[in-house]
Amino acid sequence: MLPGDFGQAILGQAALPETVAAFRQELGLDKPAYIRYFDWALGAIQGDLGTSFSGRNASGADRSAEVVDKIAPRLWNTLFLASMAALIAVPLSLILGILTALYRNSFFDRSVNTATLTTISFPEFFVAYILILFFASLNQIFPSLANVDPDTNFGERIYRTALPAFTLTLVIVAHMMRMTRAAIINLLASPYIQMAKLSGASQTEIILKHALPNAWAPIATVIAFNLAYLVVGVVVVEVVFVYPGVGQLMVDAVRTRDIPVVQGCALIFAVTYILLNLIADIIGIVTNPRLLHPK
Amino acid sequence: MKNKKENSTLLQIKDLKIEGFSDERWHKIIKGVNLELKRGEVLGLIGESGAGKSTLGLAAMGYTQPGCRITGGQINFDGVDLTKRTDSEKRKYWGNRMTYVAQSAAASFNPAHRLINQTTESTIRAGLKKQNEAFDEARALYDALNLPNPETIGERYPHQVSGGQLQRIMTAMAMSPNPDLIVFDEPTTALDVTTQVEVLAAMRDIVKTYGTAAIYITHDLSVVAQMADRIKVLRYGEEVEEAMTRKMLKSPKEDYTKSLWSVRSIQKPEKKSKDIILEVKNIDAFYGSFHVLKNINIKLPLGRTVALVGESGSGKSTVARVITGLLEPKIGSVKFKNRELPPSLKGRTKDQLQKIQMIYQMADVAMNPKQTVYDIISRPASFFAGLTGANLRKRVIELLEQIDLDESFIDRYPSELSGGQKQRICIARALAANPEVVICDEVTSALDQIVQEGILKLLGRLQKDLNLSYIFITHDIATVKAISDEVVVMNEGQVVEQGLKSEIFSPPHPEYTELLLSSVPEMDPDWLTDLLKARNY
Repeated sequence: MLPGDFGQAILGQAALPETVAAFRQELGLDKPAYIRYFDWALGAIQGDLGTSFSGRNASGADRSAEVVDKIAPRLWNTLFLASMAALIAVPLSLILGILTALYRNSFFDRSVNTATLTTISFPEFFVAYILILFFASLNQIFPSLANVDPDTNFGERIYRTALPAFTLTLVIVAHMMRMTRAAIINLLASPYIQMAKLSGASQTEIILKHALPNAWAPIATVIAFNLAYLVVGVVVVEVVFVYPGVGQLMVDAVRTRDIPVVQGCALIFAVTYILLNLIADIIGIVTNPRLLHPK
Repeated sequence: MKNKKENSTLLQIKDLKIEGFSDERWHKIIKGVNLELKRGEVLGLIGESGAGKSTLGLAAMGYTQPGCRITGGQINFDGVDLTKRTDSEKRKYWGNRMTYVAQSAAASFNPAHRLINQTTESTIRAGLKKQNEAFDEARALYDALNLPNPETIGERYPHQVSGGQLQRIMTAMAMSPNPDLIVFDEPTTALDVTTQVEVLAAMRDIVKTYGTAAIYITHDLSVVAQMADRIKVLRYGEEVEEAMTRKMLKSPKEDYTKSLWSVRSIQKPEKKSKDIILEVKNIDAFYGSFHVLKNINIKLPLGRTVALVGESGSGKSTVARVITGLLEPKIGSVKFKNRELPPSLKGRTKDQLQKIQMIYQMADVAMNPKQTVYDIISRPASFFAGLTGANLRKRVIELLEQIDLDESFIDRYPSELSGGQKQRICIARALAANPEVVICDEVTSALDQIVQEGILKLLGRLQKDLNLSYIFITHDIATVKAISDEVVVMNEGQVVEQGLKSEIFSPPHPEYTELLLSSVPEMDPDWLTDLLKARNY
């Protein structure tokens, strides 16, 4: 359990126990945990994630904001960055996966594998700083800070988030690309692939027409996994580039014990995870005639 | 243009040598084989597993499997030496002038595409026909192959049609580009006998109608007798002999060829017995809501063999699962020596478990690959008989001798044994428990004819020596004749009839038994023609 609560955090060590108790009562923190949970859950079902603790202080002044209002702009930023990274990473890893399957065990295959494994092996912040060094510091192509606000226009946003997006791309490409490659190669030993060869299909045709359609389910699962990571796991990259995303918001909320915001973020992360996996499962079903067309 | 002149040579293989890479070195698979095929002729390639017949069949198309290489010789197809062509050059022949029909149609169709697209894929790719033209012809082929709903069956996916239908659709796929040569690689081996008849008839007709040359690969002489004009026998990658079909069947020259018949020549005289050791009474069993067994009654006489015969899905193996207690029946009971056995494995005592042992079809997967022969055999011997140390080792050696193997096998792993030896170890493992009833589930189905003969003889001898009672599950009628005293015919979860072997095999038969028995191919090359006439196809 997280020690302390918002009352204690805001009032400090020196506060009188009575003051803390009164403040807690005002925030509703004196109620038992299960009642608070059901209150929150009931609200969440109706779309009300509650009110943030921060902005209140012991003197009674209340400048607090709705959790939804706090999270919404941050979520938009996070989704923007995630989409940018996904738009680069997913096609790139699919193409690399197919190409490495096609030219497996060649020099090309080995270099791509080595390169992607290298980038996934470094910690994210390291990759981020290396990119900053080369693309922001030594050659000033992109800005090293990705500070955007609601007024930043679209083109400017893309420009500013380029480096974090590249960083994320480098981190997730290896996983997706290697899964694509493995899923395809795994199928190349199937009798129907030999059959396709014996009916005169070329290597490219065999990979694209005969192997890939049967490989979507595992590939989709791994892509979903990585896309979920782009939404829920990017706090390090956000910190490095000072990017105002949900990850940073959650870390800040935890530090100040602003539990409603933490709960709101957790809910969004969970929903993202479930939705993406659901989509992956649907893709698995849609691309499998056995499930789509029963006997 | 295609030269369709009759009697000109289409394919000529000269002194072909192929090697395969395994265990860190190259092994010779084909050791200098010659082969000649005229246009419109069907050549049967026959031999046991490892004879190189599939490798040779694929080589006839200029194709070698990954890990194999051609080290010498020529493959002249219509005047072109395929060994000197690159893959992209050969692709112009594949699926166009030469096509292939694989053993397992279920695995050889791409699950992601509709059947008609797969049937016509190579024809359209080669630019022989436009799509709608090719589709129309594919439907005509489906019709010619006696497929149900020829107009719409192509719209289905592979999993939506049966194995026999898939095999015929694969034949349609091979015929679609109207090739000069089709290679049939064991196309009916995975099918039930009653289905096999239809597929064989369909394939033979279509090959004749189109005048296509074919290489027909099989291990089953009686099948090849129906299909081929000429037969070539292969062994260890070398030709044993070659002759016209009728001549080969009537007077094979080589001993090896004669031995291929051997299993069919074992005939066991049946014996009656009044003592019943095991009785299956009024069994009804379900898999979920699926009713697998319907009122099954079977009696096993002491020291005798009851053969359970039927096609795949008839419920034979489920009977074994009920007897051993692996599947609890919904209704009915199993009696051993007039005492009812608890329905489930958990309720049975060690003694009851010991008395009934099983041997499986796939010896490969029925043994733990990480255990030595000693571990495998000693485990039931120590578990049931409580043997340890030197006594246990003595018992294992004794068991090995019973199955005609010696002490030198004791430290080997399953991967170091041949198929027949593996099955012998499984027999020894069953014997180690000192059973009275042994259930043999298709124990010879995965083995070559000559190895089968050895296993069947061994089982017969053990029965005499140890007074064992067998329930022998099989789909192969020749095996039934070779081993059984009594026969139970099963179909769709029901017993069609039970009786002494002589009664079951002599007419009059119930309708299903008649169908089953008449579908078993015979050595007579006219068998299929006569059968089809009799059935009014």
